[in-house]
Amino acid sequence: MSDIKRLDLEYSQLESDRMRINVGPQHPSTHGVLRLEVEVDGEIVTEVVPHLGYLHRCFEKHCEKMTYLQVIPYIDRLDYISAMNNEWPYVMALEKLMDIKVTDKVEYIRVIMAELNRIANHQIAVATFGLDAGAFTPFLFFFRDREYIIWILEKMSGARLLYNYFRVGGLAADVYPGFKEDCLNIVKQVRKTNAEVMDLLIYNKIFIQRSANVGILTPEVAINFACSGPVLRGSGVKFDLRKDEPYSIYDRFDFDIPVGTGEVGVVGDCWNRNMVRVNEMEQSCRIIEQAIAQMPDEGDVKALVPKRIKPPKGEVYMRAENPKGELGFYIVSNGTDKPERIKARGASFVNLSVIPEISKGYMFADLILILGSIDIVLGEVDR
Amino acid sequence: MENVNFLYDLLGKNVISVLLIVSLPLMFVLVYALIAILAELKVSAWIQERLGPMRTGPWGILQPIAEVVKLIQKEDITPDRSSKLLYNLAPFIIFTGAYAAFAVIPFSEYFVPAGINLGLFYIFAVGSISAIGIVMGGWASNNKYSLMGAMRSVAQLISYEIPAAMAVLSIVVLASTMNMQEINKIQSGWFWNWFIFGGPGTLAKLWVIPFTLGLGLIYFISSLAETNRVPFDIPEGESELVAGFHTEYSGMKFAMFFFAEYANMFVVAAVLTTIFLGGWNSPFGDFMQGPFWGVFWFVSKAFTVVLVQIWIRWTLPRFRVDQLMYIGWKVLLPLSFICFMAVSLYVMLK
Repeated sequence: MSDIKRLDLEYSQLESDRMRINVGPQHPSTHGVLRLEVEVDGEIVTEVVPHLGYLHRCFEKHCEKMTYLQVIPYIDRLDYISAMNNEWPYVMALEKLMDIKVTDKVEYIRVIMAELNRIANHQIAVATFGLDAGAFTPFLFFFRDREYIIWILEKMSGARLLYNYFRVGGLAADVYPGFKEDCLNIVKQVRKTNAEVMDLLIYNKIFIQRSANVGILTPEVAINFACSGPVLRGSGVKFDLRKDEPYSIYDRFDFDIPVGTGEVGVVGDCWNRNMVRVNEMEQSCRIIEQAIAQMPDEGDVKALVPKRIKPPKGEVYMRAENPKGELGFYIVSNGTDKPERIKARGASFVNLSVIPEISKGYMFADLILILGSIDIVLGEVDR
Repeated sequence: MENVNFLYDLLGKNVISVLLIVSLPLMFVLVYALIAILAELKVSAWIQERLGPMRTGPWGILQPIAEVVKLIQKEDITPDRSSKLLYNLAPFIIFTGAYAAFAVIPFSEYFVPAGINLGLFYIFAVGSISAIGIVMGGWASNNKYSLMGAMRSVAQLISYEIPAAMAVLSIVVLASTMNMQEINKIQSGWFWNWFIFGGPGTLAKLWVIPFTLGLGLIYFISSLAETNRVPFDIPEGESELVAGFHTEYSGMKFAMFFFAEYANMFVVAAVLTTIFLGGWNSPFGDFMQGPFWGVFWFVSKAFTVVLVQIWIRWTLPRFRVDQLMYIGWKVLLPLSFICFMAVSLYVMLK
């Protein structure tokens, strides 16, 4: 017996040294200039500390010196791969403050734009998640399709990425001829590619082994950390502002909210979060199809745009379902044409805070996948 | 051991012929590496519905040369706090390990650089030299990513050498020789005489075919791991370890790693071709059989295997390091033992 005890002691003295690794700010898989300070015990992650601020651009302070209209381009640069979605809660907040009711045509175009942009965003998210797992080919399949979506958005707004398209009370420009056909073609193409990627990546045995049962985010933790968007829904919580707090005209459409089902692995793991995004692309396609069918052709999208935006004194909070989660703007107006204060509640920032909680005890390679499944954009994290 | 080298017949056994024999595979490796790089660029492009490089030369066929010229021009960086000697030595050791294996590869009936009797054993012996180079490079770089990559790489190489060796050993049992030229001669005739189809024999060999097919597959999977290719490219998994053990290398030293990787790919493909796919034998009996056609058959078979490696690389995601060990030790190793015993039983009963 005494011999065994002695061996135990020796074994405990052999405890390995822990190594601290700096992942980022320049690293292929941090999706921007994020820096993760990681402590590893061999390959096992024991601690993760995210360091933010490498892309801080003083967005909120900047806005106080701008007129309301000049703020919109800055808002594009928050989550720069879903800029259309970003602009929406901001203009909705101002419309609420100024009591403007936009026309039906504007609402339909906004829905189509936002859903197209949502598809584009989820394509990048799923593609880069596959890239983190080492699958390069689906990445390019998705980028090929995203290009067509971007062409539509470019024809509508004049810009490929940072659109500056939504206006308080309307839009910057009307639809171009052939817009409806383009959208329907895109929907067809997105479905085709998704079916292809299902075989190539999502249901690939290696990919399932890599991403299922990894980075499990339980619904309680997700709610406690105020996660939103696919991160929350991947944990099985059925919460989508488009359904639960229908803004604009989302109550007119028939669509489902995909949630993590635990089809492979556990509810709330990386595979389920990713799967929610794939399913949401299909739901966005359904919304676009319905919106195209219902959209009125007549109407001036700029008719209600006020010449000078000067909201009355007061404050307003408006939130919308961004591809990344809940994006809200809290605007304090002092009655002039410049905001007193604008506060943005970015989904990426909130979702990122859950990383230290869910990545402990997994392997270093898993940490990269967990980060990829959270789908952050550093423009929104740092602002 | 007669007639192994056509150059000895032509020039006699003197300094010139020896030098020529030594340099022929090197020239082959250089040309092959350029073609393989182009194939990698083009095949990946076609898989991803792209065109690939199109600007340098017709259809971009000069792209590999442009890449080499670019790498020569690059600054050769040695990290400040690295171990200079080991750091500078590592790429050459890795390439030596890859190139040394070419000594026993039979390109044709009349050309094998060194027709030694322990050819297969020699390949495994020199193949492990690369592991030393990887550890040296990873350790000397004084970079945490390099260190992790090197550690993973060595663990992977050692684990997967065992199933690969078992697969090769089974064929040695079937052929009862380790001389690669002899193994090729046994497999002559139609393609059903190849060892992947049980080797030459009567219909009684039918029951051993599943096992030899399995051995071929085990060797191929292990060879992917030994050459650090997807889905086993964990040592250089770019999403985690930036570039693994060669993170700090630049310029021609990086190119040496690159060359060594492609040379290694060819070595494992050549071993697979020799011991499973009949080497320089024509698949169709006497049709196009002969010393010159032997080179054609051997290179095209080996290059097909290389193309399959490239194809897999651009299709599959990557394994995690513990899953890799699981597959190596708990799946491939027991399976290779079973196949080995089946093949041994077949040889005993024959």
